[in-house]
Amino acid sequence: MQITDETIKYVSALAKLQLTKEEEERAKVDLGNILGYMDTMNELDTTGIEPMSHAFQVSNVFREDVVTNGDDRENLLANAPAKKDGCFVVPKTVE
Amino acid sequence: MDLTTLTALELSTLIKSGQVTVMEATKQTLEKIKEREQSYNCFVTVVEEEALSQAEEVQKRIDAGELADSPLAGVPMAIKDNICTKGIKTSCSSKILGDFKPPYSAEVVERLEKAGAVIIGKLNMDEFAMGSTTETSFYGATLNPWNVEHVPGGSSGGAAAAVAAEEAYYTLGSDTGGSIRQPSSFCGVTGIKPTYGTVSRYGLIAYASSLDQIGPIARNVSDCVAALEVISGYDAKDSTSVKNEEYRYTEALVDDVKGMRVGIPKGYLGEGLDEEVKQGILKVAEELRKKGAIVEECELEGIDHAIPAYYVIASAEASSNLSRYDGVKYGYRTENFEGLQDVYKNTRDEGFGNEVKRRMMIGAFVLSSGYYDAYYNKALRVKAVIKHAFDKVFEKYDVILGPTAPTTALKIGENLDDPLKMYLGDIYTVSVNLAGLPAISIPCGVDSKGLPIGAQFIGRAFGEKDIIRAAYSYEQTHEYVRPTL
Repeated sequence: MQITDETIKYVSALAKLQLTKEEEERAKVDLGNILGYMDTMNELDTTGIEPMSHAFQVSNVFREDVVTNGDDRENLLANAPAKKDGCFVVPKTVE
Repeated sequence: MDLTTLTALELSTLIKSGQVTVMEATKQTLEKIKEREQSYNCFVTVVEEEALSQAEEVQKRIDAGELADSPLAGVPMAIKDNICTKGIKTSCSSKILGDFKPPYSAEVVERLEKAGAVIIGKLNMDEFAMGSTTETSFYGATLNPWNVEHVPGGSSGGAAAAVAAEEAYYTLGSDTGGSIRQPSSFCGVTGIKPTYGTVSRYGLIAYASSLDQIGPIARNVSDCVAALEVISGYDAKDSTSVKNEEYRYTEALVDDVKGMRVGIPKGYLGEGLDEEVKQGILKVAEELRKKGAIVEECELEGIDHAIPAYYVIASAEASSNLSRYDGVKYGYRTENFEGLQDVYKNTRDEGFGNEVKRRMMIGAFVLSSGYYDAYYNKALRVKAVIKHAFDKVFEKYDVILGPTAPTTALKIGENLDDPLKMYLGDIYTVSVNLAGLPAISIPCGVDSKGLPIGAQFIGRAFGEKDIIRAAYSYEQTHEYVRPTL
């Protein structure tokens, strides 16, 4: 499968990746090969077969809407790359 | 006495009878780790202090008679680095989680601790479990204890190598497309991938949630089964956890396969399979026949298309699951940013390795508008075909026998630059995950290079007892072969 520069730009934007020029070139080749191989699925006739998300019968799992956990703010913030006053810090996003 | 060459259950018998203390056993294992880690690099993190204090505490509980029903109490073990351990670094062998200390433990870890396990560390793996060699780890490759020029397999390479190298009695790995079974095969140990929904995924860092399942690796079937009993069971915190009351797998440790119907799919012994591996599998078939099993060739349709379908589904789920690594809430954050979009993009570009980026890109592509039906939905249709093909085989057979991998352990670096070639090595394992089935890999001899060969038994959904009985019966026909360490 032929992968264009535009496709790589589009897909890396979807994946939120800032690829280097070199990575982009490599991705073009790799994705082309891998997607080409994935196309071999088409050799299998699946007419009339429904897509199967789960191998077993599953249904939605519900529980009572009751809070069971307590305030865990400090614990959850412990791994934050940047924090201040009990909040995560990010660059300014709204002018 | 060198305790580290014992099996987990042998050690626990000595502990229970008071001949060995948990502290002695733990110290010996920690010594072995110090001695052998330079050679094999099985661990990302060793928690010496925590292990010693856990040993002390478990000994107290044993002395108080609390752990009488817990066959693995006091036995040192280790956990793959994608399973959360409260306060202990859980990196997924990735730079992006390099400093991550989870605020909670996975359900399996809680169950192990309750059963008196002594956790000695976290095991190396392919980054985010994406790989078949443990070479994609940010912390360097793990080397195969049978021959350090070869890979241990992956993605649970550290988990299998640590057992083979006697740096742990048993370990927990995870299996999305073969990541417990293939490294077990490459390292000459036993590994079980349970039926989807048997073991809680709560606290397992997600790769492909519809396929991921945690399971044990050990030196023999009995040890594996003891560990599986500890970690199995319904958990309300995992919405795909199955309410199954039948977890007494130890009952299946019976040396008797008389009348058992064993199918070998024709495609499993065909093109691409190494001749010595093939001979190994045929030898297993012969031993089972001698014990009264009915072993026949059978048809399993759609298997040729399992690999592309697997990589479409797994990559799609990975691209979604890994979108959470944004440099905001936990993990690595780039220093190079102006706006929020830069934080996301640069963090992810700097924090993830090549294979992870590759799969996220593929995943984003197959889910993107215009391609969703041709790739993602098509893969889910192929999955349905494969599931039905297995159902058909299990109408006639109790278990399927085949190889775990087409070859024995590859040389370091052999496939690292050729992702497609690497993916093709998953031919015998991925279809099991697509169909949600249980499977076990057990050693069945050594090839002319001195590397172990692995045989795989696949069972029907929740048919763990069938594969355990088949594997255990075969295991009784030969001695455990250990590498020269």
